[in-house]
Amino acid sequence: MTHPASRPPAKVKPPFWRDPAKRALIFQLLMLGGVFGVLALIVSNTLTNLESRGITTGFAFLDNTAGFGILQSLIDYSEQSTYGDTFIVGLLNTLLISALGVIAATVIGFVMGVARLSPNWLISKLAAVYIEIFRNIPLLLQIFFWYFAVLRALPSPRGSLSLGEAIFLNVRGLYVPAPIAGAGFSVVLAVFVLAIVASGVFIYWNRQRQAQTGQRLPAGWISLGIIIGVPLLVFVVMGMPLTWELPELKGFNFRGGITVVPEFLALWVALSVYTAAFIAEIVRSGIEAVPHGQTEVSRALSLTNSMTLRLVVVPQALRVIIPPLTSQYLNLIKNSSLATAIGYPDLVSVFAGTTLNQTGQAIEVIAMTMLVYLTISLLVSMFMNWFNARMALVER
Amino acid sequence: MMHNNKKPLLIASAALLAASVASGASAATLDSVKEKGFVQCGVSTGLPGFSAPDDAGNWQGLDVDVCRGVAAAVLGDASKVRYIPLTAKERFTALQSGEIDVLSRNTTWTATRDTSLGLNFAGVNYYDGQGFMVSKDLGVASAKELDGAAICIQSGTTTELNLADYFRLNDMTFEPVVFDTSDQTVKGFEAGRCDVLTSDQSQLYALRIKLADPAAAMVLPEVISKEPLGPVVRQGDDQWFNIVKWTLFAQINAEEMGLTSDNIEAKKSDTNPNVARLVGADGNYGEAMGLPADWAYQVIKQVGNYGEMFERNVGTGSALNIERGLNALWSNGGIQYAPPVR
Ligand SMILES: N[C@@H](CCC(=O)N[C@@H](CS)C(=O)NCC(=O)O)C(=O)O
Repeated sequence: MTHPASRPPAKVKPPFWRDPAKRALIFQLLMLGGVFGVLALIVSNTLTNLESRGITTGFAFLDNTAGFGILQSLIDYSEQSTYGDTFIVGLLNTLLISALGVIAATVIGFVMGVARLSPNWLISKLAAVYIEIFRNIPLLLQIFFWYFAVLRALPSPRGSLSLGEAIFLNVRGLYVPAPIAGAGFSVVLAVFVLAIVASGVFIYWNRQRQAQTGQRLPAGWISLGIIIGVPLLVFVVMGMPLTWELPELKGFNFRGGITVVPEFLALWVALSVYTAAFIAEIVRSGIEAVPHGQTEVSRALSLTNSMTLRLVVVPQALRVIIPPLTSQYLNLIKNSSLATAIGYPDLVSVFAGTTLNQTGQAIEVIAMTMLVYLTISLLVSMFMNWFNARMALVER
Repeated sequence: MMHNNKKPLLIASAALLAASVASGASAATLDSVKEKGFVQCGVSTGLPGFSAPDDAGNWQGLDVDVCRGVAAAVLGDASKVRYIPLTAKERFTALQSGEIDVLSRNTTWTATRDTSLGLNFAGVNYYDGQGFMVSKDLGVASAKELDGAAICIQSGTTTELNLADYFRLNDMTFEPVVFDTSDQTVKGFEAGRCDVLTSDQSQLYALRIKLADPAAAMVLPEVISKEPLGPVVRQGDDQWFNIVKWTLFAQINAEEMGLTSDNIEAKKSDTNPNVARLVGADGNYGEAMGLPADWAYQVIKQVGNYGEMFERNVGTGSALNIERGLNALWSNGGIQYAPPVR
């Protein structure tokens, strides 16, 4: 005699629409399909409408000849290069100014942040004045200031300021000698790379040794010696296979050597000085976040000042500093697009500017440009997150 | 200080363009202009003689008068124009996306622009060519001596392309210094950043009067390109295209017939059949364009004929002091010529 009610219920599988997990999956798939469907509709609609309005679409224009000159290019570029090349030129110029800007801003920012906390009244007040001035003036104005004000103060090419007839500064930019590698210079380069690897190995070995025996060699000085000394020795032994091409005044301008255009200098200084003011504040608050007691304890343990800073304060301060530092880096990279205001040929100025206008393919060009900034920003964020995670591990 | 960074506007325009083409919205321009009650006209950010605000903030110039002519023909009132200042870089996107109804901003008619941007050139209101301006103490008399020079140009112009062609053809090198607006270009030139400022020749005269010391600069004799400048409209709206085209033609025909803003009232009852057709006394040539019969009368009455427009803004009666040259009527040795109204 069995009673229906006493059957164990678990045996019956509910239909899939009653299973919350499956139901959720189905809804998510439907949602995703819907989003993609709408996107596809927008794209195909846009394409047909562009076509019916007689606006050329597609990416074929990237292979056409650009036909215009660009002030500064890290690759070989001439008027006969393609629009695709203008993208690369602009991208590299953006990366160059961003990378150098990030480095300079970090250095200035850390120095100013530490100076702000200096017990010396003058130094600390000077740092405070610096921070308040540059943080509170709009960046675009600062860029114009460095460009137009400083430009006007510089002499014409004929009256250039010069340093030992090798380095020249005038309204057209900074001219420095260009190194020309002679036969055998590649050997020096190879030795240099080897030296870097060797010093890496040495630092690793030194760490292991310290962990085992408690003794350590001054790793910094020794590796510096390896990296600079050894290649230098090889360089001398090889008969110094390096000559310098000096800039020379020919016609209107200097030719030869390396030219650093004023647009680059102005933008670099403006971006670095502006962002550094923010970084200085971040560094200051990061250091202040480490309780004073820790410094006192380190002193009590008879650590030296520099060891206290290096082993106790900085590692902890960095954890506070890195996340906001990341957003400053991202700001700097995005702000570098203000280049177009003074004609520095960055991605926005060259590609989203001239190329867009000459080809008229606004949607493609703007989409590519936005994608680049998105990618750079995401990569920087990823790197900084990784760095942050590593730093966080220092606290055991 | 100057104009702010224009990138947001450019991106906004691109977004607007994307949105407008995605939805396929494109109403007849004439209807929308009548509904709004004004013509939206894209002009430069400030180029004396062509389009620049005067001391009272009113836009003046040859390109501005094209907009005023269209407003007079369509709305019977030349003042019903809203001006949108655009840099060279922004202008086509602004037109494509529908932000403006006409682009009248010293824009050169080229094959690419006419055929691949979805635009139509409605005529030529100024025949120009590219030239060079240098400071007098550079001691240069010809463009052929400019090898190695630093040259200030405006971004997004035909100027950028012609310059590269010219220097390559003559086996010379140059350093391009590219700015967004003419203000910045002039500043760069004045600050000594470049030896040369290059642009359409008419614009060189216009920019020269913006210099602190115009007498210290001179325009070199070479003209290195053909720059037919004229108003532009969107492709695919033939009615509006016809209106802009025939407004300009009406002004050129009026000059040829001796009709001016002063005498047009009296000429309304003229017996000359050409005149009668133009002023709308004989037949109705406006109807087919969706305009009133007196459309051309209004244009000439309120804006004047082509010659008046030229003299007032850029001619010998203006600060620019440019000769008619190519822009004289075909009957006076120039090439300005309009098909007949009949
Ligand atoms: N006609 C050429 C050049 C037009 C152009 O933009 N010229 C500059 C001269 S420097 C100008 O008018 N600038 C005024 C402005 O930016 O508002 C073209 O159509 O590409």
